[in-house]
Parts: sequence; structure tokens; C-alpha cells
Amino acid sequence: MIQLVSFYIFASIVIASAAMVIFARNPVHSVLWLIVAFFNAAGLMVLIGAEFIAMLLVIVYVGAVAVLFLFVVMMLDIDFAELRAGFVKNVPLGLLLAVVLAAELVLGIGAYQAGAVALGTPEAGAATVSAAVPNIEAIGGLLYSKYVFMFETAGLILLVAMVGAIVLTHRKSHGTRGQSISSQVQRRPEDATRNVNQPVGQGIEL
Amino acid sequence: MTSFFQSLGMSYEAAWFTATIAGILLIALPLMLAVALIIYAERKLWAAFALRRGPNVVGPFGVLQSFADGLKVFLQETIIPSASNRGLFLIAPIITFTVALMAWAVIPFADGVVLSNINVGLLYILAISSLGVYGVVIAGWASNSKYPFYSAMRAAAQMISYEVSIGFILICIVLWAGTFNVGGIVEGQRSHIFGFINAYAFNPLLFPIAIMFLISSMAETARAPFDLTEAESELVAGYQTEYSSMAFALFWLGEYANVLLMCALNAILFWGGYLPPVDWAPLYAVPGIIWFFAKILLMFFVFAWVKATVPRYRYDQLMRLGWKVFLPISLFWVFLVSGYLMFTGHFA
Repeated sequence: MIQLVSFYIFASIVIASAAMVIFARNPVHSVLWLIVAFFNAAGLMVLIGAEFIAMLLVIVYVGAVAVLFLFVVMMLDIDFAELRAGFVKNVPLGLLLAVVLAAELVLGIGAYQAGAVALGTPEAGAATVSAAVPNIEAIGGLLYSKYVFMFETAGLILLVAMVGAIVLTHRKSHGTRGQSISSQVQRRPEDATRNVNQPVGQGIEL
Repeated sequence: MTSFFQSLGMSYEAAWFTATIAGILLIALPLMLAVALIIYAERKLWAAFALRRGPNVVGPFGVLQSFADGLKVFLQETIIPSASNRGLFLIAPIITFTVALMAWAVIPFADGVVLSNINVGLLYILAISSLGVYGVVIAGWASNSKYPFYSAMRAAAQMISYEVSIGFILICIVLWAGTFNVGGIVEGQRSHIFGFINAYAFNPLLFPIAIMFLISSMAETARAPFDLTEAESELVAGYQTEYSSMAFALFWLGEYANVLLMCALNAILFWGGYLPPVDWAPLYAVPGIIWFFAKILLMFFVFAWVKATVPRYRYDQLMRLGWKVFLPISLFWVFLVSGYLMFTGHFA
């Protein structure tokens, strides 16, 4: 009963907020609706017992990716008149895209109704895990035994992407003076100050 | 608690529902009271550090000062700037406040006394604490004013930076405890050192990250010396500048509930949570919740001590500390801890 009620609450909020992502006029509102959608999708994951995936969804998408989205979108200077002007120009392209997506949706549902595609029988012993094992242990056990090479390849690809992003954006800055913490910490009073104990009435030489 | 409601003749689902609601109220209401008292305690502590008296007029020794402040704020007029984004402006403090309460669901107050004993408890805390930034960012943007906006930008960058090193520190702890369950991590510390000290912090390999976690948790809650989001000498009051009345009070309550949560996390992850400091039978006569509260208060004293004595960081120094110092060290520490556990056959 509670599962059913919460499923319908989560599911309807996901759909409604996903629609609002498109319909909201303000890009910042769109990003915020997207966050609501992510969050409720995580709720759906919890309902089917995939609590680890749910937490990852919140940590990665809501906690990091969407913050950066928001960070960028907040700094946009939004001119609503210009947005509407662009609307008329882009209508044909948008319509085309909508027709293609709708056709794919119909095809997908049709194929699903027609029955599963034969992709061959699953190999023996593929991913059978008892329900008593916690999510994390089950996923970890599979990732580090059966799929260890694919997992490490994914890690390598991410590393390459990260290094690539740094190489592309890194610029040597000229003319700026950075702070050297270690030299500041090592600096002693004797290096910077001089006690002259000057008699009254005489100037000092700087 | 579910079985108690079942004994009153409810069905299992109704009993579970009632028990959960009761549990939420049992955590949230005392937490609000604790926040009010902790604000008073902190003001008294700062006063003591500065050789002042602190609040001493309302009630005996000024204990009721926070309640008087709350009443004052409640009776004030709510001012919503006309150029602000009205809906988001009002939602932002609610987000901060709610998120600050949510994470308490998985905190074990004593052996088995926890609202929701889930296997991914630590990840849940990480997930919820990463939501806290939204309250600040939305408040800064919706205010439609320069200083709150600067503050929101700072908050977003700061919280993301320190979450990275907090994540690596948590991985070290999880590796050692072998579980993501918060109660399991506390139990993993039972007689951890020499067979009788109940704390990870006295482990020479984990002590440095205990210190790093303490500093990171100050940065994560935007407390001094990392309170750049509300640096009054630069940004008036940061993201709270345009807020008044109850909306302001919600920010305030949420901030202190977050600080208490971080103190509780420090106590749980490194100082043995609800376990007594030493594994000695007579000490178990004291209820676990007393030990837990004592440890939270000790951590809070450290927080107040730091806030009263340490000057504020500059923003580039804050970023340098997060990315160039804490991130490499904590990453290295994950290798170190997992290597040590590997060689000593901890996982066998």
C-alpha cells in the first residue's frame, strides 16, 4: 500500500517536473525542475530496491552535475524577447526533431509489444546474485571479478577525458603574481624588519 | 517502535507508518530545542574567549536568549524584495532547513536506536549533505541582488571542492569498517586500539584524516574560518542579505542543525559514536546516548573554539587548501589505507 502510493507520487512528480524542464520559460527554473526530476527518479530506484544506484544518482547528478549546470545557467544574461524571436526561426527544425523522436517512441513501443529481440541466450552464470546480499557488495563483487577489465577500461577513458580537459583549458598566465605559501611561512621577522632604535630628532635612512 | 504500535492493534503497515512519523518527530523536535540551546552555548563560549559576559539578561544566566530571539524574529514583518523571484526566494530557506534535518534519519543515537538502519547510510549522508548547497545557491540567485549572488557562487564552488576530499576520507573509513552502515562503522570501532580503546582516531593511520575531516566539515558547513559565503566585511551578510523574519530564522536553524550534524559525524566516524571511550564494563552502565551527546558537545566546543580564535581565510587560500592540499593527501591516504589492509590480511 505504502509502496504503491509512493510509487505513484514519485512517478507523477518525475513526469510533471520533466515536462516543466521543457515548458519553463526561465533556464534557471528548467535546471531546478531537472533536479526535482533526478531526485524523484532516485526515489523510484529506492522503491525497486536499488538503493546504491539511488544514492549514486543523487550524489553524482544532483550533488555535482546539476550544481555545475546551475552555476553556468545562473550567470547567463537572459533576454526573453530574444528567446521568443529565435523561436519562430527554429520552429521547422524543432518540428522535424519532434517528429523523429515521436516516430522512434512509437517504433520502440511497437517493437516492445511485438516481443523481445533474440540477442542470443545469456551465457551460463551471468549475474545471478541472491537477494540477501546488499546492493553494494553484489555490484562490487561483479565489477571486480567478472567485469574487471571493462570497469578498468571505463576508468582509463575517464582519466583520458580528464587529462584532455585540463590540457585544453590550461593556459600559462603571464603577469600575475601568485602566492608562495611556503616562502611566506618560512619568512622570519628578521628578514623583513629592522630595529634601528633611532635617537630623537634624527632621520633614518631607508 | 513498530511492534509497540502493532501491540495497540494496528496492522503492520499502519503501525510502521505511525512509528516512522513518531520517530521523525522524536528526532526533529528535540533537535530544534538543541539548536536553540547550542546557539546560547556558543554565544557564551565566544564571550568567554573574548573575556565578555555574553547573553545574561533573559532567564537565568540568559538561557532563554535564543527563545527570545526566535520570538522576535517570528513577530517581524516578512519583506520580499519586489525584484526577487518570489517563489524561489521563499523555497530556498525551506530547502536549507529540510536538508539539515533529513540526514539525521540514519544517525544511530545508541545501539540500535536509529530511525532508518539502511545499508547505504554513509552514502545517504553524503548525498543529503550535497543537497545543502542548493538552499544557498537558490537564495543567492532569487534575491536578484549583487552580494547574495557573489555569495551563492562562492558557496557552490566551496562546497563542491570540499565534498571531494570528504568523499575520499569516508572511503578510508569504509575500507576499515567494511560497511557503509553507520551503526556498523560505530561497532567496528569497539576495542579497536590495543583491544580496549573505542575510537578510530587513535589509530596512527587514521588520525591525520580525522583532522582533515574536522577541517573539511568546517568548510562544508561554511563555518569560520571558511565562512566566506557570509563574510560581512565583503558581502554584507552573503546570501542572507535580503532575508528577514522567519525565512532568515530558517536559514539560521538549518545552519546550526548542519553544524550539529557534522559534529555528530565526526563523533561517529572517528571517536566511537555511542560507545564509551574505553571498552570497560562499568562504563557501559551509562547509556550510549549520553556518550554520544558528550562527544557531539566536545566536537561543538572545538567548532566554537575555532570560530572564536581563527581569522577568516581568503578565497584563493580556501581553494588552494581544498584542491592542492586536501585532495592529493586524501587520495594518497586511500592508497595507503587499502594497501595496509591488503598486506595485513584485513579482508581475509
